[in-house]
Amino acid sequence: MTIPTTTALEASEPEEPRVGISTLQRMGASFAMFRNRKSLTGLIILGVFVLIAVFGDLIAPYGPLDKDYTALKQPPTWQHLLGTTHMGEDIFSQIIYGTRGVLLVGFLAGILATAAAVAVGVASGMVAGWRSEALSALTNVFLVLPGLPLMIIIASQYDDPSLFLIAGVLALTGWAWGARVLRAQTMSLRDRDFVRAARANGEPLWRIITVEMLPNLMAIIASSFVGTVTAAVLGLTTLAFIGIIPITNLNWGTILFWAQQNGAFPDYWWWYVPAGLCIALLGMALALINFGIDEYVNPRLRSEGERARAQRKKGVTATSGVTAVRRTPSSPASSPHDETEASLV
Amino acid sequence: MRFFARRAVFYLFTAWAAITINFFLPRMMKGDPISAYLQKNQGKISPEAADALRTLFGLDTGKSLFEQYIDYWRLLLSGDLGRSFSHGLAPVTDVIGTALPWTVGLVGIATILSFIIGTAAGAIIGWRRGRASELAIPAANFFSSVPYFWMGLIAIAVFSSALGWFPASHAYSKGAHPGFTLEFIGDVIYHGTLPALTIVLASLGGWMLGMRNMMITVLDEDYITVAQAKGLSPARVVTRYAARNAMLPQLSSFALSLGFIVGGTLVMELVFSYPGVGKLLLDATNAKDYPLMQGLFLVITLAVLLANILADAAYAILDPRARQMEA
Repeated sequence: MTIPTTTALEASEPEEPRVGISTLQRMGASFAMFRNRKSLTGLIILGVFVLIAVFGDLIAPYGPLDKDYTALKQPPTWQHLLGTTHMGEDIFSQIIYGTRGVLLVGFLAGILATAAAVAVGVASGMVAGWRSEALSALTNVFLVLPGLPLMIIIASQYDDPSLFLIAGVLALTGWAWGARVLRAQTMSLRDRDFVRAARANGEPLWRIITVEMLPNLMAIIASSFVGTVTAAVLGLTTLAFIGIIPITNLNWGTILFWAQQNGAFPDYWWWYVPAGLCIALLGMALALINFGIDEYVNPRLRSEGERARAQRKKGVTATSGVTAVRRTPSSPASSPHDETEASLV
Repeated sequence: MRFFARRAVFYLFTAWAAITINFFLPRMMKGDPISAYLQKNQGKISPEAADALRTLFGLDTGKSLFEQYIDYWRLLLSGDLGRSFSHGLAPVTDVIGTALPWTVGLVGIATILSFIIGTAAGAIIGWRRGRASELAIPAANFFSSVPYFWMGLIAIAVFSSALGWFPASHAYSKGAHPGFTLEFIGDVIYHGTLPALTIVLASLGGWMLGMRNMMITVLDEDYITVAQAKGLSPARVVTRYAARNAMLPQLSSFALSLGFIVGGTLVMELVFSYPGVGKLLLDATNAKDYPLMQGLFLVITLAVLLANILADAAYAILDPRARQMEA
């Protein structure tokens, strides 16, 4: 942490080439929020899914729609690792190809929504007066609009919605929460001393925002990005399951749509269990990343458990030093100072 | 008072914006609903009747958009949301009225249950920090990450198809006569148990985690240490000192979640074929029944808005700091 601080000090001199470097390094320092066990576990699981999505063509043993009429509705065998559908399609391959659709739409929606959230949130936090109120009102209108019904109404208008459109709709319903949180945080940063100092130094507004404020907002931006991706993945698979997204966009929700349409429940478990578990696993991974960020932002969440465990190991409980209240007046009392110290160990 | 006036202005604006979006939503879509409806009922409707329909639904091309907007507001204020194509031209308000009690009843009870159980569990887990009870958090988190429709289908597969404990769909048995009889109410509860349980399971994690995190923040406060130093019983410290203060954000998100009762469990109603608002919206979408879609969207949006007002008021009453900060 010391290196970025020194470069940050140097960067306040008006030397243009160094600004970029220090910004980069500061950005690097703000990745500290991912350096904990929970975030790392989540990132690793997410990484595996990304690899599967990228190299899907190499991993998948069959094409997603290749039909093997000799094996219909078969339970898992060595030939078909996760069994087959009613048309003899390999479910393992479908899941691998489906990863691509899920991640693509999820990340696209996340990026679009986060960009909108940062633009609106930071802007409405920085400016004052009616502009800020107007942007805040816009955010609140979108917060009130119910997401899933809106998605269904918009998506159902198109016979063949493209991936980009689906991601756009998911982003449209998902950006407002991040904008609201970012606005609050920006407003609280705006009046801190270091921002005031930067303003007094005559730094231009864009520099105050990108160099002084953004590093302090990174954790919120990251967690709102992760949150939007989670919501987008659930939204996409739900829309696909309802049958609103065309089957040409193969994703995990489509697999479940086919499974339900063809009476896979409850007998053909290999058809519907893996896809659902994949969605859950991806959701868990994203939630873990966010837990890590939460603990980075609020270290109590992490240290509290460790501290309590350490105290119990030592045999100290919060009330161990407390004067026991007894009816008989002659009870020996320990000093009240001891117990406050003990409980604060 | 100034605080409440400002909030009132804000909500009026939001309501106006939501209603305006609702006005433009079907007009932005390609293809007009009347043509779709006429195509489906070719030959059954005379050209005069078709014209009347267009006027009725405010899709009269002769009128300017602004005139249509004024007409829309006039109809809205007189409580007229148009007529539903897919329900034999019944008024939209009536169609929604029959579906609303089912959704509000089932999902409302499930949401309240989930809030109470989740908050209580979160308070206990936060208090017993660092112990094995914290393992409940990843478990609950798993159920929140699972897509709801999938969990519902698995629940049906296990508890209805395999074990036969609960019915798989509908709100009451086919032969039952709706009415306030013990028999019918029992039947409704029997049918509602499985959907309600899945909703509780799916939403429990959020309440639990939120409460646990707030508890941990609150437990570090000095007044907790003082309360313990006074020798108060742990139960009293948890309930009267810690949980009471940690509850505040929970209560405001609870008020918000009340708004999503109306529209949020669309998927549950699809999976369990429950005759609520969400199922109605899906059916309306499939039938391209625009007036019903528009009416439902309006009702859902206004419900969320109402819940926001409730959340705001609750917060302002419970936490004096919120009032001072805004003023």
